[in-house]
Amino acid sequence: MRGALLIATKDLLGSLRDRSAILSAVIAPLALAFILSAALGNADEGSLDISFAVVDEDRGPVAEVFVGDVLGSLERQDVVNIREESSAASARRMARDGDIAAAFLIPSGFSDAVQSGDHVELSVLTDPSSDIGAQIATSIANGYATELNAVRASVGTALAVKGARPDPGAIRRLGRQAARAETPVAVAEAFVGSREFDTKTFFVAGMAVFFLFFTAQLGAVSLLRERREGTLARLLAAPLSRASILGGKALYTFVLGVGSLTVLVVSSQFLLEANWGDPIGVAALIIAGVFAAMGLQSLVATLAKNNEQAAGYGAVVGVTLGLLGGTFFPLSQAPGFILRLSFLTPHAWLMRGFGELSGGVAGVADVVPSLLALLAMGGVTGAIALMRSRSLVAVVAR
Amino acid sequence: MEREGATTTLDGDRTGGSVVLECRALSKSFGDRQAVRGVGFHIDQGETYGLLGPNGAGKTTAISMICGLLSRDGGEVFIEGARLDTKSKHTKAAIGYVPQELAIYPDLSARENLRFFGKLYGVPARELGSRIDDVLAITGLSDRADERTDGFSGGMKRRLNIGIGLLHRPRLLILDEPTVGVDPQSRNAILTNVEELSGEGMAVLYTTHYMEEAERLCDRVGIIDQGEIKAEGTRRELVAILGQRDRVSLQATGDIKRAAQEISHLPSVDSATDREGGLDLIVAEASHQLPRILQVAASTAQVTGVEVIEPDLEAVFLKLTGKALRD
Ligand SMILES: Nc1ncnc2c1ncn2[C@@H]1O[C@H](COP(=O)(O)OP(=O)(O)OP(=O)(O)O)[C@@H](O)[C@H]1O
Ligand SMILES: [Mg+2]
Repeated sequence: MRGALLIATKDLLGSLRDRSAILSAVIAPLALAFILSAALGNADEGSLDISFAVVDEDRGPVAEVFVGDVLGSLERQDVVNIREESSAASARRMARDGDIAAAFLIPSGFSDAVQSGDHVELSVLTDPSSDIGAQIATSIANGYATELNAVRASVGTALAVKGARPDPGAIRRLGRQAARAETPVAVAEAFVGSREFDTKTFFVAGMAVFFLFFTAQLGAVSLLRERREGTLARLLAAPLSRASILGGKALYTFVLGVGSLTVLVVSSQFLLEANWGDPIGVAALIIAGVFAAMGLQSLVATLAKNNEQAAGYGAVVGVTLGLLGGTFFPLSQAPGFILRLSFLTPHAWLMRGFGELSGGVAGVADVVPSLLALLAMGGVTGAIALMRSRSLVAVVAR
Repeated sequence: MEREGATTTLDGDRTGGSVVLECRALSKSFGDRQAVRGVGFHIDQGETYGLLGPNGAGKTTAISMICGLLSRDGGEVFIEGARLDTKSKHTKAAIGYVPQELAIYPDLSARENLRFFGKLYGVPARELGSRIDDVLAITGLSDRADERTDGFSGGMKRRLNIGIGLLHRPRLLILDEPTVGVDPQSRNAILTNVEELSGEGMAVLYTTHYMEEAERLCDRVGIIDQGEIKAEGTRRELVAILGQRDRVSLQATGDIKRAAQEISHLPSVDSATDREGGLDLIVAEASHQLPRILQVAASTAQVTGVEVIEPDLEAVFLKLTGKALRD
């Protein structure tokens, strides 16, 4: 244990002195997040590039207000694109194919029912791979329903795409909102507080997660470097167990990973006005995320012959999974199969967790799925890496 | 080796010191290459033992097993009577190991390197500072102590490499070819250091393929080749293997190869090997045989110089293995 501490301290000292580690762990993600949000942020706020379809089978006055005023004004402001569809079937197909993020179905007799106070539903068909679009659509519908001041007009959410899980949280929220007949303002707040990032926070979180996987390989790479440079022979000859050597490297990586993410979270809050949300949830995600990243990258390093190859492999894995895991662009804009594939990456789970928290409403309980997924991934990859490390912590075959 | 059976009580030997290192029947293979086969020897307190052998003889492999950083296929290692393997922690602390390859951290200063390994070996904190200063003085690095070692010259790195092995005052110091690639001045300083440490009672295991180093430093030498110790003893004992033989070095031009062949057929010539610019011979009673040898040599080559060298370890090596220490 003492040995592990000494090794970790020695390596941390080296990393602090060697600016490249700090550069890639803290400065680069901050700078990139700043640049990306400056370049893409505004465009993103103006037009979300989201399309909705509306099927008006009612043609009554209430439906007209919804289509013309509510949706129309959003379209005129360039927030969303609206297209009118003639049948529910074609709208459903479009939602399923991802051509539109959601479709509003106004059933015939809707206006009459609202006016007479009968039960009626304004349905929203959503494309579950389009998180933002679905959220916006439901909150628009919900806002309108509330605005109608007709408590009996409840909003049902129907999920259009086969096999997709309905989001019980969203249904519960909507149900609650409708029942309480909140004002549109309250609905708008609910939207802000939903599980999506604001642009700046998205980019900061994305870059933080992306670069974490580079930081997470430093311990394994430095072990391979010690092997190559001969100092590992000295450690093996010292009164020190092999477990302490591995433990020291792991501790070094863990401290570096947690430390750099913490610095990123805190500094981006001030420098970029990022909005991370619940600190306990964020801390839990950081720890689980660093664990997962370490496990994965250590495993990758055990496949390499030397430190340079390990760094190369680690970078390939970091970039590939980073792109797939949605650290550069939100997965909500990706096709459905990518979305499903992305959850094989620790990146996606970490991003999902951070996204959940960033609204400021969710707490640590809401990110439990992410935490469990990350811990499981880290545990499995780390265990394999540990088994393979026998040959790593040994004198070199020349 | 001479002592068998006893595992923990190891008696001293003729020099009267207590046994610090005892290793027996060490063996190690890499794939189907047997790097070390049945190596065994012992070193007493205050004694310097040399492993003399050419490249690839198995010196480093044997040392790695003795230090417990390489698992062995067979054999045993005892340090002051305590069995050592790759997992022993306490026992390893008695050894100071100076690897053949430089093993220092380039991004740390000399002092930081020493401090790190000092702590790792459990040097008490209150002594650490002064011990580091001592080692820096011994290795002549005091005025560069706080510089990063990647800016050091090769010789300075070598000296630091040795210094790290000394810091915790080991009872057994193991030096694996510590003078390779070092200028004559540093080399001399290193040899002097080793002599002093040995004088203070440290047991030293020293590997080299320089005959002169082995002759100067070592109380006893083991001649190792192809993973085996071919002969072992003091310089005098080893040279006695040669009997009344001398090493004769001829400087010659012309058909040296043929000359070597013909000379080797002469009676009382043990071996004759050609080399760049001449021939090396092992000859019984050289003073009597020299005229005849020169006569034969002159038939195919022009001899420009003759040197009769006192029997030395190089000659012993030549005799035992049929080849030169360095090629
Ligand atoms: N890790 C290894 N893997 C495979 N073969 C090895 C390994 N280490 C040593 N060998 C082989 O074992 C033999 C002995 O090597 P060793 O390094 O012990 O020799 P040495 O006497 O120290 O030589 P040198 O004077 O060149 O340092 C050589 O043939 C070498 O190629
Ligand atoms: Mg060697």
